[in-house]
Amino acid sequence: MNVGLFIPCYVDQFYPGVAIATLQLLEKFGCRVTYPPGQTCCGQPMANSGYEHLSDSCSTLFVKNFSSFDYIVCPSGSCTLHIKDHLNDDASAANAGNIRKRIYELSEFMTDILKVEKLSACFPFKVGLHQSCHGQRGLYISQMSELVAEPFSKPGRLLQMVDGLELVSLGRSDECCGFGGTFCVAEEAVSVKMGKDRVDDHLKNKVEVITGADMSCLMHMEGILKRQKSTVRVMHIAEILTQW
Amino acid sequence: MSRESILAAIKQNQPESEGLPDAKGFVPICYDNPAQKFSEVLTGIGGKIVSIESTGEIIDYLNMHFTEADRFATVLDGIPGLEKLILPEDARALDGIEVAVIAAGFGVAENGAVWVTEKEMHHRVLPFICQHLAVILDPATILSNMHEAYSKIGQDNYGFAAFIAGPSKTADIEQSLVLGAHGPKTMTIFLLSEK
Amino acid sequence: MVNHVSLSETFNKDEERVNWHDETLWWVRQKRDKAVWQIPEWEELRDMASQIKMNALSNLHDYLLQFEKNALANGMVVHWAADADEHNDIVYDILAKNKVERIVKSKSMLTEECHLNHFLAKKGIDVIDTDLGERIVQLAEEAPSHIVLPCIHKKKEEIGELFHRFLNTPEGNADPQFLTAAARIHLREKFMTRRVAITGVNFAIAETGEFVICTNEGNADMGAHLSDIHIACMGIEKLIPQREHLSVFLRLLARSATGQPVTTYSSHFVRPLPGQELHIVLVDNGRTRQLGRPDFRNSLKCIRCGACMNTCPVYRRSGGHSYHNAIAGPIGAILAPNLDMKEYADLPFASTLCGSCSNVCPVKIDIHQQLYKWRQVLTKEGHTPAAKTAAMKVMAGTLSRPAVYRFAGKAGRWFMRNIPWLTNNRFNPWYKQRDMPAPPKESFGDWYRKNKR
Repeated sequence: MNVGLFIPCYVDQFYPGVAIATLQLLEKFGCRVTYPPGQTCCGQPMANSGYEHLSDSCSTLFVKNFSSFDYIVCPSGSCTLHIKDHLNDDASAANAGNIRKRIYELSEFMTDILKVEKLSACFPFKVGLHQSCHGQRGLYISQMSELVAEPFSKPGRLLQMVDGLELVSLGRSDECCGFGGTFCVAEEAVSVKMGKDRVDDHLKNKVEVITGADMSCLMHMEGILKRQKSTVRVMHIAEILTQW
Repeated sequence: MSRESILAAIKQNQPESEGLPDAKGFVPICYDNPAQKFSEVLTGIGGKIVSIESTGEIIDYLNMHFTEADRFATVLDGIPGLEKLILPEDARALDGIEVAVIAAGFGVAENGAVWVTEKEMHHRVLPFICQHLAVILDPATILSNMHEAYSKIGQDNYGFAAFIAGPSKTADIEQSLVLGAHGPKTMTIFLLSEK
Repeated sequence: MVNHVSLSETFNKDEERVNWHDETLWWVRQKRDKAVWQIPEWEELRDMASQIKMNALSNLHDYLLQFEKNALANGMVVHWAADADEHNDIVYDILAKNKVERIVKSKSMLTEECHLNHFLAKKGIDVIDTDLGERIVQLAEEAPSHIVLPCIHKKKEEIGELFHRFLNTPEGNADPQFLTAAARIHLREKFMTRRVAITGVNFAIAETGEFVICTNEGNADMGAHLSDIHIACMGIEKLIPQREHLSVFLRLLARSATGQPVTTYSSHFVRPLPGQELHIVLVDNGRTRQLGRPDFRNSLKCIRCGACMNTCPVYRRSGGHSYHNAIAGPIGAILAPNLDMKEYADLPFASTLCGSCSNVCPVKIDIHQQLYKWRQVLTKEGHTPAAKTAAMKVMAGTLSRPAVYRFAGKAGRWFMRNIPWLTNNRFNPWYKQRDMPAPPKESFGDWYRKNKR
C-alpha cells in the first residue's frame, strides 16, 4: 500500500529521529512510504488559538501534498485529529474529505490497518505510557477513564509486544500533561504545574522512560524533566518499537 | 412583563423539534434481592436498617437508642407506646421533636431512597426538622431503580413529596463527611415484615 | 488586568495549596467513577438525558406555556424575567410588598449569576445563605468557587477562624464535625425566624407544573416549608417534559456530582402549603440568545453537577475564582462568553482542550468542542490581543509556503523565534520552568532529501 508520511512541523525540526523511526516501522511492515517534500504543518497551532481562518492556506497545501495516497500516517495523535476534524479545502472538497477518512495516527494504523500482532523489538526498561488527550479522547486510540466501557489501548498493546519492556500503571491513567499548544506559554503557570504533576506520577512509579504517541506532550514533559536534572528520558513510541 | 418577548425569542431561536428518546431496548439495572441491595446502599450513605416483625418493637428500639423519650413523635395510628402527634398551629413548634416516626410509600434499591408524600408527613417540614428520622418501610415495596419508582408514582396528585436517602449531610468543609447538616442527624429504616 | 492567566498565576504561587486543591477535587472525580461503574447502563443513560434535554430545548416555547398553565393551576405565582435586573426586581418587589427585610436563601447558581445578594443588600435586605458552603463564602465575603462545593478552595482552619469571628466558636477549633454543628445551630435560628425563603430549582416539569430541588443538607426544605413565602428562581432551561424523566436525571445528577447514588433529598414541590405563597421566577438572562447559537445551544442542557470542574486538570490547578464568573470551570467557560464576550474572552482559552469534561458530562455537552468554537468566534469578533493576531499571521504565512518554511526552519532557527510555545521573548514563558529541546543538526526533511531521494 502507498502511504504518505505526514511529519508534524515540530517533529521535523526538533525530533527527526522520531520521523526516521516512523518511516522505518512503516517500511518494515511492507508499506511503500513517500514523504511529500512540500509539507509544513497541519494548521492546528493557528486553529486552536482561535485563528482557524488563517489556516486555510495550510489546508490547501496539505490537500495538495496528500491527495494521492491510500493512507496518510502521522506519528502524532493531535495533528492527525486536527486534520480529521478540520481539514477543508473549498477548491477540492472531495480530496479533503478523502484525506480526513484516510489519515491515521501511527499506533492505530499499526493495530487497525497493518494488524500488527508481533514485533521483534526488545527494550528492557520500565516504561510509563502517557496517553495524549487528542489521540485518546479524539481518535479513541485508548479507552477513556471517564467512560463506563471496556478498557483498551492501541499504543499499550504495541508496547506489550516489545520484549523486556515493563509497562507500569500510573496513579492517573489519562490526565492531560498541560501542553495544550499555545496554552503552554499563554497559561504558563498552570501548564507547568500540570506537566510537573504528570511527570511526578511517572517518577513515583519508577519509570525509566516516558513514552507516548505525541511528541508535543513529551517535549513539554522533557523540558520539565531536564530542568529537574532527571535521568528519566522521553521517547516517542516509534523509537521504542524500532529497538530491534 | 417580559413574558411575551421571552416566548417570542424562544420561538424564533429554538431549533427544529427533536423527539424524545425511544426507551425501547433500554434495560436498567435490576437486583435479584432489592431489599438486600437497598440495605447495603442505605448503610453506605449513613442510614441504619432495623428489621422488625411488628410495630411493637419500635418503641423499645427508640428507647434503647435515643434519649428524650418525651419528644418522640409519630403521625401514624396504632404504634404501641407512641402517641400520635397532634399538629401544632405553627409548624415551627415541631422544632423540639427528637425522633419522628413516619411511613414511606416504597423504597429504591439502587440509591437507598424512600418515597414519602405529604400525606405521610402530615406537615412537610416534619421529616426535615426532627433531630432523628425513623421510617417504617415494607421490604416488599422496594423497587430496583428510579425508572420503576416513577412508573409507580405515575400521575399521583401530591402537593409535596420527596425521595429521602439517609440522614442530612454535608461535606462542604474540606470534603469531610458530616452527618446532620440541617435536617436529621440519623435515619433509621424499620423494615417491617409482618409474620 | 484580571483574567484567568493572572488569577491562576497568583493561585499557583502556593504550590502546596494547589496540590491540596487538585487532590481534593480528584478525589471527588474518583468517587464519581466508582459510582458510575455501579450502573452498567450509564452511557445509555447519558444518551437518554441528552436527548430529553434536546427535546426540551427544541420545544421550549410550548413546554414553558404548558408549565405555566399547570403551575398556575397548582396555585403558584409565575413570573418572567428577561434578565438579571428584572429577576432581582421581581424578588425585591415581593419582599417590599410584604415588608420583609430578613430572608433565608438556599443554593441557587441562578441567583449568583444575577448577583441577587449584592442587589438585595443594597436595598437593605438581610440575606442569609443556608447551604453550609455558601454560608462560609458569604461570611468570607467571597463568591462560591464551585457550583456544588462552594468553599472547596477554603481550608478548614480558615473556616474555623471565620466561625470564631462570626459564630463565636472557640479559637483554633477547625474540626469539620464541630464547625458543622455550630453552623446547624446558627442557621436553625434563621430558619425558625425568617418568613421568606428563596431557593433554586434543579428540574421543572412541564407536564405537571411541579419543580424539584435536590440538596444533601435539607436546607432548601427547612427554608421552604417554614416560610410564609417561598420564591423559587430558575433559568428557563431547567424545564424537562415529563415527571418520569426525573428518573433519568436523578440517577445522573448526584453520581456525577459527588459520587452519591442520589442526593439525600429530592423534593417535589407541586402546591403551596395552605396560606403560603409560592412564587416561581422564570429567567432568560441570555438563554434565548444561546438557544439561537447552533454551535453553543447544547450548553443549555447543563444540570449543574460540577463533574466537568472536578475532572478538569486546569480547574483543579487554577481554582474556581480564576474564572471570575458565577459558574467556573469548563461549563462556565462556554456559558460566560454568551453573557459578555469582552469580559469573558479569556475563558475559552483557559483549557488544553483535553476533552475530559465532555466525557464526564451527564448530558453529553460537547464542552471541549464548544471551547474550540468559542475561540474562533472571539477571534473573529476582535476579542483577542492584536499582538497575537500579528504573530499568528506571520506563522500562517510561513507555514503555508514550503520554501519559506524550509529556509526559515533550518535547524529550528525560525521555530525558536516564532512558534508560539517557543517564543524567545525577553521573558520566555516556556523557559521559565522548562528546558528547550536541543535543535538537531538537521531536520527530518533535510535527512530525507539526503538519504531517500
